[in-house]
Amino acid sequence: MTKVNIYVTLRESVVDPQGIAVQDALQALGFNEVESVRIGKLIELELAGTNNEIEARVKEMCDKLLVNKVIENYRYEIGEVAGK
Amino acid sequence: MRFAILSFPGSSCDVDMYHALVDIVGVGAEIISHQDANLEHFDAVVIPTGASYGDYLRPGALAQSSKSIESLKAFVASGKPVLGIGNGFQILVEAGILPGAFLKNKGLKFRSGNAKLAVLNASSIFTSNYEQGQPLTIPFAHEYGNYYVDADTAQQLKQQDRIVFTYEDGNVDGSVEKIAGVLNEQGNVLGMMPLPERAVEEIIGGTDGLPLFRSILKNWSEKNVHNA
Repeated sequence: MTKVNIYVTLRESVVDPQGIAVQDALQALGFNEVESVRIGKLIELELAGTNNEIEARVKEMCDKLLVNKVIENYRYEIGEVAGK
Repeated sequence: MRFAILSFPGSSCDVDMYHALVDIVGVGAEIISHQDANLEHFDAVVIPTGASYGDYLRPGALAQSSKSIESLKAFVASGKPVLGIGNGFQILVEAGILPGAFLKNKGLKFRSGNAKLAVLNASSIFTSNYEQGQPLTIPFAHEYGNYYVDADTAQQLKQQDRIVFTYEDGNVDGSVEKIAGVLNEQGNVLGMMPLPERAVEEIIGGTDGLPLFRSILKNWSEKNVHNA
């Protein structure tokens, strides 16, 4: 079994009001060095297949459903599931 | 004229839409489950608002996994009218039938109330019973009402006269070009975030939504009813 982590983030050109609100909150707490916050999401998959197969399938999943490329970008990491 | 009201798990305004269409506008309508995806014998399709599939992943996204989306795409290709309201608009965008995407409201909060709109294009099959520039008051209720398209697409929408409704009360949720409603390129699909089925009777606060449904009926009648 292979584990895939897919990281979905908003495109640079898209304003992230949630990130801005969190940045303001961090600065209010004294973390003044924070110059930017962008909030995304992590999608964890467990699936079978060779790494090549998985890579092709994951790209297809991202294109078809998991990511809306009008507003989002993604990257992914493929690794073994620990202990399995 | 018969409307299909296409209902997904979590659609919640299918009955409001049925009431508006059947009891007020006086057309035929049927609420059909997304699993009974045969749309062929209908003259128009409405996708009502709500929170299909719990708004999980992105609002409207998971509806793409329904077989009805293929039937819907065929229906769109046939040139018949398709109207997506609220979450129905989000479903149309996620299915790639309309351009763009939805972001969380600029203020990050769910908001509801009466939206002040303007009719930017009164020559579409959905808006021909309005006057060009007519101000409207139509209720809205959304958390992901912030419509986004990139600058090139926005320019294209403007040039092709596809922006049908705009917000005229400060565009609080942050939509690009104040867009509240937008057409597909062929002009037979309209998506809009405000909820016209909630503005069809004086007793519920106004009737500014009525001309929209009557426009669809009028345009259908002109094509399909002889001696009308």
